[in-house]
Amino acid sequence: MSDLVRIEEVAEQGRGITTLRFRFSGGTPGQFVMVWVPGVDEVPMSLSYQGELAGITVKNIGEATAALSSLREGDRIGVRGPYGTGWMIPKGRLLCVGGGVGMAPLMSALDAINEPSSVDVAIGARDAGEIIFDERAKELSQDVRISTDDGSRGVKGTVVALAASMMAEKKYDMVLGCGPEIMLRYLLAACKDAGVRCQVSLERLMKCGAGLCGSCVVDGLRVCVEGPVFFDEQVEGMSEFGRCKRTASGGMTRA
Amino acid sequence: MTSLTVTFAGLSLRNPTMLASGIMDETGASMRRMAEAGAGAVVTKSIGREARDGYPNPTLVELDDGYINAMGLPGPGIDAFEEEMAEAVKGPSPVIGSLFAATPDDFAFLAQRMQRYGAAAVELNMSCPHAKGYGMEIGVDPDMVRSIVREVKRAVDIPVLSKLTPNTHRLLEVGKAVEEGGGDAIVAVNTVKAMAISVDARRPVLYNRTGGLSGPAIKGVGLRCVYELYAAVDVPIIGVGGIETADDALEYMMAGAVAVQIGSAVGRKGIGVFGQVTNGMTKYLEANGMNSIGEVVGLAHE
Repeated sequence: MSDLVRIEEVAEQGRGITTLRFRFSGGTPGQFVMVWVPGVDEVPMSLSYQGELAGITVKNIGEATAALSSLREGDRIGVRGPYGTGWMIPKGRLLCVGGGVGMAPLMSALDAINEPSSVDVAIGARDAGEIIFDERAKELSQDVRISTDDGSRGVKGTVVALAASMMAEKKYDMVLGCGPEIMLRYLLAACKDAGVRCQVSLERLMKCGAGLCGSCVVDGLRVCVEGPVFFDEQVEGMSEFGRCKRTASGGMTRA
Repeated sequence: MTSLTVTFAGLSLRNPTMLASGIMDETGASMRRMAEAGAGAVVTKSIGREARDGYPNPTLVELDDGYINAMGLPGPGIDAFEEEMAEAVKGPSPVIGSLFAATPDDFAFLAQRMQRYGAAAVELNMSCPHAKGYGMEIGVDPDMVRSIVREVKRAVDIPVLSKLTPNTHRLLEVGKAVEEGGGDAIVAVNTVKAMAISVDARRPVLYNRTGGLSGPAIKGVGLRCVYELYAAVDVPIIGVGGIETADDALEYMMAGAVAVQIGSAVGRKGIGVFGQVTNGMTKYLEANGMNSIGEVVGLAHE
């Protein structure tokens, strides 16, 4: 029995952002897996590629992600899952809005839609070095726009401002968003103003990943089962969204 | 008209299913949600005096027939838990405060706080198999168990439940010690101490190396423990270990349990499991011409 999977490919995606590819089948767009680096940690990661050669895209921000970022072809990791509820992809015209490494779960949605004329993409990041998946997005969408906080690439400003301008210009049936929680909070408000329905993918400290331990709950909803993708109306009812997070002990801390 | 209401140890539940400790019960909102999903009572995560982060991941191994977990008793501590309890008690089912401590005094202190927070009862965790100095380490010693139960009984007016470990050959002695200490009910069983090894990584998977096995894999063990305890003690027994269907619950009740707890099935089957089990119980009563679920208790002993 082989209980770990081999890293088949490593790609430098942006500054400090790495994609690891491995054989792992199953999952729907927006679902996540629990990735174990033996001897280091096990963390939840959205799938940025699905299909026979699955992939995760990691930003190096802590011990676990540093270990993942340092892996090379031939190294092995544990992968369990897939878990959670992914994107509900409706018929009609879609806008994907990704902040930084938040583009990862949106890419599996774009792959699944595979209809360049019916989906547009707004990619934002702090600067040009953190813009990822723009080339891949252009193969899957006829209208891909970019924003950076410092103006080093695309329009200067936030990706939410970019998305709002696209919603003013064109009619969309649904927005799919992923990125830092503060960005998602503003994105929800922008979608509400524009009268466009929205789904967002949330992130929380997660331990078991399988719906048991309750460490990732937001107002009683489990990010690992009912999420990570939630509809606008679910998120609007969350007193904890955009305001606070839970720590490893389950205590509350301000976001 | 059939009834699923059960009354024991001073508690009255609208149905005999309870949310087991450690599952979806670290926050008030999640406990409310489990009560609204049909749990007749909810047991909180085990709470100690101080905040604890628990172990780093991996804390869970998923198997075909269960889980092995070593969460390491994470929790915000009894002070911060007041806020969660305030939310949890707004739900439709009684909330039972699970506690862990190393000494009788600490257990008594925590129990008083839980009583103040509105808990309908306390459940003493003397059975966690993966936290050093707590749980099973004290719960296999009948003298220690007796003095803890006695001290907590002195400190509070609400019912005192004791959750026991199957990881001992002294189960019946421990059960009798609960009774001698004045305990109101026994909860049997906690998880079975276990481990998993990654062949590829050549190391244990869990950070803590060992953990507790739960789910269908341990149903036979839990049933045997409840059956033997029923014959050995007079206090009511709450059965727990691998219950996913009405038949599983009925087996435990026929073995002698007045109520059952469900934990792993919340992950494996979803939160609808409480409704599925209670619907199946009602069908069983109707099909067998029984009026009350209480009639099932202990049938396997006759």
